[in-house]
Amino acid sequence: MTDAATPEPLLRVRGLTKHFPARGGRRRSGPVRAVDGLDFEVRAGETLGLVGESGCGKTTTGRLLVRLLEPTGGSIEFAGRDITHAGRRKLRPLRPDLQIIFQDPYASLNPRHTVGRIIAMPLQVNGITPAGGRKARVRELMELVGLNPEHYDRYPHEFSGGQRQRIGIARALAPGPRLVVADEPVSALDVSIQAQVVNLLRDLQRELGLAFVFIAHDLAVVRHFCQRVAVMYLGRIVEIGARDDIYERPRHPYTRALLSAVPEVTRSGPADRIRLTGDVPSALDPPSGCRFRTRCPKARDRCSVEEPALTRRDGADQAIACHYPEPEPGAVG
Amino acid sequence: MDPYLRVEDLRVSFNTTDGVVRAVDGLSFSVERGRTLGVVGESGSGKSVTSLAILGLHDPRRATVTGGITVGGRQLIGRPESEVRRLRGRDAAMIFQDPLSALHPYYPVGRQIAEAYRVHHRGAGRAETRRRVIELLDRVGIPQPGRRYDQYPHEFSGGMRQRVMIAMALVNDPDLLIADEPTTALDVTVQAQILELLADLQAESGTAIVLITHDLGVVSQVADEVLVMYAGRAVEQGTVEQVLLRPQHPYTWGLLSSVPSLRGDAEADLRPIPGNPPSLIDVPAGCAFHPRCRYAEHTAGRCGTELPELRAAGTAGHRVACHLRTEERARRYAEDVARVGVAR
Amino acid sequence: MSERAERQDRRLAGRSPGQLAWLRLRRDRTALVSGAVLTLFVLVACGASLIELAYGIDPRDQFQGKLDGSGMPLGYAGGISTEHFFGLEPGLGRDIFIRLVHGLRWSLVIALAAAVLTAVIGVVLGTLAGYLGGWLDAVVSWITDLTLAMPFLVVALALTPTVTLRFYGQRDAVPPAFGIAVLIAIFAVFGWTSTARLVRGQVIALREREFVEAARASGAGLGHMLFRQLLPNIWAPILVSFSLAVPQFITGEAALSFIGVGLGEEIPSFGRMIYQSLEYLQTDPAFVFFPGVTIFALVFAFNLFGDALRDALDPKSVR
Ligand SMILES: Nc1ncnc2c1ncn2[C@@H]1O[C@H](COP(=O)(O)OP(=O)(O)OP(=O)(O)O)[C@@H](O)[C@H]1O
Ligand SMILES: Nc1ncnc2c1ncn2[C@@H]1O[C@H](COP(=O)(O)OP(=O)(O)OP(=O)(O)O)[C@@H](O)[C@H]1O
Ligand code: SF4
Ligand code: SF4
Ligand SMILES: [Mg+2]
Ligand SMILES: [Mg+2]
Repeated sequence: MTDAATPEPLLRVRGLTKHFPARGGRRRSGPVRAVDGLDFEVRAGETLGLVGESGCGKTTTGRLLVRLLEPTGGSIEFAGRDITHAGRRKLRPLRPDLQIIFQDPYASLNPRHTVGRIIAMPLQVNGITPAGGRKARVRELMELVGLNPEHYDRYPHEFSGGQRQRIGIARALAPGPRLVVADEPVSALDVSIQAQVVNLLRDLQRELGLAFVFIAHDLAVVRHFCQRVAVMYLGRIVEIGARDDIYERPRHPYTRALLSAVPEVTRSGPADRIRLTGDVPSALDPPSGCRFRTRCPKARDRCSVEEPALTRRDGADQAIACHYPEPEPGAVG
Repeated sequence: MDPYLRVEDLRVSFNTTDGVVRAVDGLSFSVERGRTLGVVGESGSGKSVTSLAILGLHDPRRATVTGGITVGGRQLIGRPESEVRRLRGRDAAMIFQDPLSALHPYYPVGRQIAEAYRVHHRGAGRAETRRRVIELLDRVGIPQPGRRYDQYPHEFSGGMRQRVMIAMALVNDPDLLIADEPTTALDVTVQAQILELLADLQAESGTAIVLITHDLGVVSQVADEVLVMYAGRAVEQGTVEQVLLRPQHPYTWGLLSSVPSLRGDAEADLRPIPGNPPSLIDVPAGCAFHPRCRYAEHTAGRCGTELPELRAAGTAGHRVACHLRTEERARRYAEDVARVGVAR
Repeated sequence: MSERAERQDRRLAGRSPGQLAWLRLRRDRTALVSGAVLTLFVLVACGASLIELAYGIDPRDQFQGKLDGSGMPLGYAGGISTEHFFGLEPGLGRDIFIRLVHGLRWSLVIALAAAVLTAVIGVVLGTLAGYLGGWLDAVVSWITDLTLAMPFLVVALALTPTVTLRFYGQRDAVPPAFGIAVLIAIFAVFGWTSTARLVRGQVIALREREFVEAARASGAGLGHMLFRQLLPNIWAPILVSFSLAVPQFITGEAALSFIGVGLGEEIPSFGRMIYQSLEYLQTDPAFVFFPGVTIFALVFAFNLFGDALRDALDPKSVR
């Protein structure tokens, strides 16, 4: 999937796989195939959105990227180095470059630490002392994310959800990362606060030239934040491409159904909706062939025997995993 | 027609160690049979407290509930618990956000629904009850209802569980259905299924529905009327078209311009409401929204001192609680839209 | 912001969860009363020697002259007088008050030492097992289950004399310190499992929390994870279990001394005093009354205080 013309990507993921051993009674069943062969790249300063329904493996992917989880297979290359199975020591020099923002503004901050200590944590564990000292850096960061630096000595319970999420963002930014994985950073927030945080992240991304892997289930939020978007279904990417291609010219039946299911204030009635029946199948036992075939309105015989690969037309950026994709606009057939 | 549900000047407060929480503070609305009222508002605005009050589910030792709630012509507040319980489940039923916690994990779902049925149909036989439950499971779109009857909640997916909850709520043919964020925990594709199901069921049986949500998109899809809540009060009320397409209240404007959209300019900044919602222990004086409102300066100080009443504005039936005069509001909003280019 | 909110804001600004718990504890009347009673007990225990000096009576002194022919103390209510506040023991004629003061001291020393030891072992093993998991967790859990399966009384009854014999002959005088050490060791061996279990469970729950993952994703080492991230979040339940373990050990010591495997005759002990008093239940009820009431008050105060502490530290009441 590399284009010769583009510079070396910051993050390159190949065939990334994570299987969890099945829990509970059913002995005979195979593993939970949470992530099952992902290929994608993120260039420096680029924002990639990862969208999909609950359980499709978004969070698992995010944790694999920052190596909170050990991949079952495939490879992760970050800044030209293979970190797929790197241990703590080998990851150490890369840790400041690779940070994560979590979903839950309550669980993601240590309730016994002051805000100052929380934000300084990545500096502390990596032994970084910025010019002017850690405290000054932390105050600067607090200002950057819109917190009052005078609240340095306060505890997380004294802040609202939106403010807590700002603290989590400041912590991720503290060591000066090049890639930030954000796992549903605004899903737990109220609409009015969500918009504040999306704007903040967008400003920071532009100002600091950060690359983002932005995980969300809200398609509209992703549209406002990401330049590129990957749509996941049951542990695989079904469609990936530039934002406008995905939102204006989706070619995978699942992407189209997903987009049409979003209730929009301005859209009247569900007249043009593509109805999907049933639920997402279990990752313990995904359907044969195309994983989407059990709900796909276009499924045919071939879909149940042959798994479609994520392919792209020569010169195109958009890649689709479907035997019968929607035609490209302008193309015949 | 007389509305099936009428709520008048509802007030609910809780005594806590930190002070009195005025969760709902003078709320009035009504819903007719066959209509859906969407109640929107941010977290903590009093939506769930309102819905619990309608079904008389507040613990009288912790909550003080005053005002009027009339369901099917009968006044509820101040009635003995036994009378309210009879209403609950038979005339009015509720669907919660989290079906897993509302279902008992150790009983087959069919039996749980059957129990809900028998409470109000003492004479019903076993076979009859089972038939009724299976028919309902089928109606809410659960495949193989006969087999599913004997399965446990953990064997159902999130969407299927919510269908079970809906089946349980409908088992006694209620005339009023209160759905508190029924799709918030679900995926969009499943949410679309559930919302459609609710609409179909309503078309069949003419139930009055109160749909509580924080998602303006959901409201615009299924509601006939909308009530926007802020800090325990209604700030705007009207039909979906009035409130969502021709909003009159600055808070509604703020909400609408905060929501990212699938259309329009993806590069444009969202326009959030500044600041945070107030604590309900210490609600700002005057208009509760005034610390966050960018129009508060245009009312000669009234916003910070005087509580705005819900008054008619715009077209018939549209009501807004704001001190700005209607013409002025229209002008300011038009200016604002022209300046930043977010129009809905 | 209203004036009230501002005042509240200033009052609460920068308060750590620990300080908030302390504030709540200070506002709790049960905690105040039981805390005051405990402080009094601890002061008495610490000042046992001083009290003895002022009182002028040694716990071993026998006042045979103040007993009647059948060995009963003269006077009313077991011989209570201005010289002997709580009267005299029937038979040997020792002063009950000063023996109680000393008994209190040893009781507290044993219970506190055992509780500290228990907490240390339990916290270390529980944290490591919970955080690292794997074989260490399996081993610790296995030992825990094994320990829990052993009947405490039977083992204590069998072990104490055996251990004593191992070090001292049949006839040797066993120094009192040895008996105390054996008791503490037995309590620690049996007590650490509950702390370890509690801590392990807490750590496993915390391990999944996102703030712990955030530290891990930043490359934090084991030391940082344990001491900076995890321990500060579990000291509250540890403290509660500590404060509830102490009264358990107090009654444990009394029970063992009562059945004769605890402290010897040289050291005054609640358990032994109550045992000896049983013989005189009918004739001299005052003898059982004072040690009984003291140990009851002590244990009750500890338990009340532990409960109040739990309420104050309960994160659910943190708003
Ligand atoms: N530790 C684990 N052990 C076993 N299965 C797991 C584990 N973590 C995740 N899974 C399973 O892997 C699949 C993918 O989970 P993941 O959390 O990555 O989904 P997600 O896309 O983030 O979903 P959501 O939108 O609900 O957050 C799910 O089926 C989940 O049950
Ligand atoms: N039992 C209670 N005791 C004290 N306060 C309560 C109680 N129940 C609710 N509240 C408070 O009442 C306010 C309104 O709560 P409510 O649950 O109605 O909000 P909501 O609009 O449903 O929000 P959400 O979108 O988060 O569900 C909140 O501030 C809440 O803290
Ligand atoms: S491969 Fe077949 S089943 Fe899969 S998405 Fe394409 S048409 Fe549908
Ligand atoms: S009353 Fe004043 S503060 Fe409230 S919404 Fe209207 S203009 Fe804003
Ligand atoms: Mg997730
Ligand atoms: Mg609610």
